[in-house]
Amino acid sequence: MSDPNIDGLNLKPGFKGMAEDTGSDQTMFKGVHWGKAMMWIFLLSDTFVFSCFLISYMKGRASTPVDWPNTSEVFSLDAFGVPVPLLLIAIMTFVLITSSGTMALAVKYGYEKNRKMCGWLVLLTAIGGLTFVGMQVYEWSKLIHEGVRPWGNPFGAPQFGSFFFMITGFHGFHVSIGVIFLFIYAYKVFAGHYDTQKRGWFTTMKGDYVEIEILGLYWHFVDLVWVFIFAFFYLW
Amino acid sequence: MDETKKDDQSSTHKIGIYLWIWGLLFVLSFFSYMVDWYQFQGMLRWSLILFFMFLKAGLIMAFFMHLFWERYALVNVLLWPMTAIACFVVLMVAEGKYTLFSRLFYFFVGGV
Repeated sequence: MSDPNIDGLNLKPGFKGMAEDTGSDQTMFKGVHWGKAMMWIFLLSDTFVFSCFLISYMKGRASTPVDWPNTSEVFSLDAFGVPVPLLLIAIMTFVLITSSGTMALAVKYGYEKNRKMCGWLVLLTAIGGLTFVGMQVYEWSKLIHEGVRPWGNPFGAPQFGSFFFMITGFHGFHVSIGVIFLFIYAYKVFAGHYDTQKRGWFTTMKGDYVEIEILGLYWHFVDLVWVFIFAFFYLW
Repeated sequence: MDETKKDDQSSTHKIGIYLWIWGLLFVLSFFSYMVDWYQFQGMLRWSLILFFMFLKAGLIMAFFMHLFWERYALVNVLLWPMTAIACFVVLMVAEGKYTLFSRLFYFFVGGV
């Protein structure tokens, strides 16, 4: 890890630099855009929310004497008449990773002030997110048709439904909000708001491509949470 | 990687590094799917799931979210609170075992 140099201020690398950064009589996180620092703080709090969901799921699953539903059967999908375990979930994972990759590239092109490339990549990310939400809607309706409810299901422990709907629902909500903002920001990039430093509507902050990085942080976080949900809820 | 002056903030990294991480995430996701495909069970299953999960999470945070290049103060502010989550997990594992024990105990032995 490296500490970038900021004009007129050379922080020592490592913990000494961190102590200077934190202890000096000025702002903390020198050289970090305030919007970015605030997004990180938000994501930290969001991490705690998702952790509470996943930990309560762990506790609920560990404390029930009834068998937990076999997720690779519950979430299997028929492909050409053959049931493939977790097929839809695997595709959803790959779609989300793909959109995370396009977002990372959008951030890169944003900093290079490559307006068109950045805009197309943000739009592609939004479409990836929309695809993900669409597949999640399909997954939910399929399970609801099969009789999964928050208070019971035909496959095993009745807690399964409530944890499933709560955890994937809250994640899907994050994805949906992300998609809305991705479309808005795609428009803002194409319209050149960041090249002309047009001020935003929520703040009087001058438009800058750093906003794409901030949006990117949120989007990567959504992908990050899915990594944990995929591991703990679907695979475990 | 020393880069970043105030005016061209946050640097642009070579495209190769993003494509590499992207590819690695695909491969790791494929492997974690294979854990289910081949129906590994028990400790092998759990350790493989956790291994691929932490590797993926680390790659996303370090490179896609730029934490690898970020200010040390910020990195520490973000990562140390995770120890609280780890403590919570440990506590709830113990609590879950106790709940299961007392449920089974009172189901089969009965209360006084």
